[in-house]
Amino acid sequence: MQVTLNVKRFNPEQDDSESFFQDYTLDVEDYSTVLDALIKVREDMDESLALRCSCRAAICGSCAMRVNGHAKLVCKTKIKDVCTSSDNYITVEPMGNMPVVKDLVTDMKPFWDRVRAVKPWLQPEGPEPEEEYVAPNESMLHLNGVMACIMCGCCVSDCTVLEIDKNFLGPAALAKAYRFTADPRDNEDYERLRAYSEYGGIWDCTRCMECVEVCPKGVAPMDRIMGLRDSAMAIGLNNNNGSRHTEAFNQSIKDSGHLDELRLPIKTFGMGGMFVLGSMLNIPAIVKNIPNLLGMLPVALRAFRRGKVPPMIHKKIKGHDKIKNIFEKMESNK
Amino acid sequence: MAGLRAAISASEKGADVAILTKVHPVRSHSNAAQGGINAALSHKGDDWREHAYETVKGSDYLGDQDAISVMCSEAGDAIIELEHMGVIFNRDDTGHLGTRQFGGQQKARTFFVADFTGQAILHVMYEQIMKAGIHVYEEWFVTDLIMEDGICHGALAYDMLNGDLHAIKSKTVILAAGGVGRAFEPTTNALICTGDGISLAYRAGAPVMDMEMVQYHPTTLKNNGVLLTEAARGEGAYLLNSAGDRFMSKYAPNMMELASRDVVSRAEQTEINEGRGVDGCVLLDLRHLGRETIHQRLSYINEVTMDFLGIDMAEQPVPIRPGMHYQMGGVKTDINGATSIPGLYAAGECACVSVHGGNRLGANSLLDTIIFGRRSGEAAAEYSLQAPDKRLSENILKQEEKRLSDIQARKDNGDSPAKIRLEMGTAMNEYVAVFRTQEGIQEAAKVLEKLKERYQTVPVQDKGRIFNTSLLATLELGFMLDCTEAIVAGALERKESRGAHTRLDYPDRDDENWMKHILLSYTADGPKLEYQDVKVTEWEPMERTY
Repeated sequence: MQVTLNVKRFNPEQDDSESFFQDYTLDVEDYSTVLDALIKVREDMDESLALRCSCRAAICGSCAMRVNGHAKLVCKTKIKDVCTSSDNYITVEPMGNMPVVKDLVTDMKPFWDRVRAVKPWLQPEGPEPEEEYVAPNESMLHLNGVMACIMCGCCVSDCTVLEIDKNFLGPAALAKAYRFTADPRDNEDYERLRAYSEYGGIWDCTRCMECVEVCPKGVAPMDRIMGLRDSAMAIGLNNNNGSRHTEAFNQSIKDSGHLDELRLPIKTFGMGGMFVLGSMLNIPAIVKNIPNLLGMLPVALRAFRRGKVPPMIHKKIKGHDKIKNIFEKMESNK
Repeated sequence: MAGLRAAISASEKGADVAILTKVHPVRSHSNAAQGGINAALSHKGDDWREHAYETVKGSDYLGDQDAISVMCSEAGDAIIELEHMGVIFNRDDTGHLGTRQFGGQQKARTFFVADFTGQAILHVMYEQIMKAGIHVYEEWFVTDLIMEDGICHGALAYDMLNGDLHAIKSKTVILAAGGVGRAFEPTTNALICTGDGISLAYRAGAPVMDMEMVQYHPTTLKNNGVLLTEAARGEGAYLLNSAGDRFMSKYAPNMMELASRDVVSRAEQTEINEGRGVDGCVLLDLRHLGRETIHQRLSYINEVTMDFLGIDMAEQPVPIRPGMHYQMGGVKTDINGATSIPGLYAAGECACVSVHGGNRLGANSLLDTIIFGRRSGEAAAEYSLQAPDKRLSENILKQEEKRLSDIQARKDNGDSPAKIRLEMGTAMNEYVAVFRTQEGIQEAAKVLEKLKERYQTVPVQDKGRIFNTSLLATLELGFMLDCTEAIVAGALERKESRGAHTRLDYPDRDDENWMKHILLSYTADGPKLEYQDVKVTEWEPMERTY
């Protein structure tokens, strides 16, 4: 079959080094991958086309790039599966959220800097045993799912948080972090989770699912980030907006069956104590978060003008008891 | 993998270490080692001598027994060390390390992480590199070694990301650049496996050894050569011919599908050649293993067959055939990784200690990289710490710069490196494959000679310097042409059948004349031949049946 690859090119050595798109039309086999086609272009049509590729079997992680706007490992992407239009036209671009070196090659340094930032090596406690550490096979099989990560960068490329906030550790690094907190041999859980709970860490994920969608190895980075959140809250690392938000959200649904939108931000910013007489006020969080809360004012004003301010008195919905029952059942099953 | 392991041990010994690599370390081809890593653990009731004997037998008695004993006796500690580093090895019901059985071995002594053991170990090894803070020059392509007075003093490398050429002075260089699979087409090997390390040493004057011993893996996909792990058969998969017979009963009645790789590949090729194949293949049948085993222990290869063939292994057998997989030979080293050149070491697939001899056992390659990576790192560190400092001549960089510029400045009227590589690979796979003859090998030699001439005028279309893969392809093709010269010379010389080297014109193993390695040294008029007797310590050659 005939296919046209619409490839985003960039040559840093050219005077007017602006990126542009170039079409390559070629014949491919029915079973060909996008990588097969790109290699054919490079070998037979245009040797100057730069891309990374090596194993051809989705294990080395070299050939991540965007195909029709989404990050993919091109060695694992069949042309047939991405030809959406009748004219077999496929757009290929370098990964996002990274500087481009040349054509389809990106600079992975920011990617690896983030990975290094999670201290990605095993930190057991005490002297090593003579023989192997004894660990249940289930715990190792569970880790298979994260170790399957080949650090290709697809998740980072399409992460919607990284698009606006370069401080975010990002899905790949946090999935790697999970690999240690979930490893029974690692003993640095508290210190790790404390560090991952800081600004730029686990609470900055917006759960857009994009990383789960594009991961070619089924690692599901977002699910790992949620796992880290659970672990952090379970060991009492809850003095932060993220866990307060989660807790407030949870409590609101449990108590009333729907979301108390008025009090949610207030509780998130650590000022929930104001509503519960006798409870401790979280003074440092309040001081730190006063600007954040004030930052919500324009939103509140806009909502007011449009008549969308939630009611001051938050009423329980009909049948909320049943919802509460569900919560209690879930909690007793934990 | 060998390079990372060497860097860690050299660094622990107090040496100042840096890694030069043409791809990021986790992109290395060690990723592709799927099934596991062998070791006889005494606390699991195994004996390293049995592992050693089976390695010797697997090598068809061409492996050096002193080196094999080193590898197998140190394997147990190496596995425990990997586990302590963080490798998530599969466990048994008691939470201790679990094993699976691999080919050519009576005992289950292969430790594994599902079917991506290489990747799981490589990434942990890279974690250790990050922990140790060892500097990695990522995507620095080594173009040549720095040699003066027959001593190695460093390497010349091209920084692909900004296009600069550098001379890196060092007291020792450890080559850990992998095999040369891309000299064959198809191959299971990654696109980066272009024999760089073997060629660099060979050109610098170090002899290469056992180069004729090229492993064809029994289970590879027909169209693209992609590998399906031996662990499939380790878990109990059958090999079937067109009649649905488990044909291995004819060739290896005891070990069946788990005979040595050379034996299984020959059997498959015989079935195919004699008309009992299925469209140039035989069938790998996993259906009886059940979906759960496949998903838990062979998930990666199921992903591969789904991706490339749309075959769910729990439902359908997979057409496979022997495919070029591994280079047993390489730069000749001693058991500490030292080559014949002072200051130059080698480890992993690019080296030949020789532990694999005529045929490597499955799951011994990762072990080779870990054991001899560590040993060469230690030995190189010791050498470095006492070697005098050397002032490099300033011309070195200028000369190399000129060599590369001249290559880039060639007129655009020769054949592309891709075209020449394809012709080389096709010829090698036709004439220097599972079954070989004098005529065929000579034919390959003729083809190669012509290709070498054409190589002199290969143009580099990309005139830039940043991430110029066109220039790299040209340099890599040069490396591969050196390696194939040695493979063909060795294959022509060895007039017997041993291990992976089966000569239809000399069908028997000839222990009287050929219990020796073929060593080849580079000269402008073709390789110079030497021989070295195989080191036999405990196990005298015997008839090899499985």
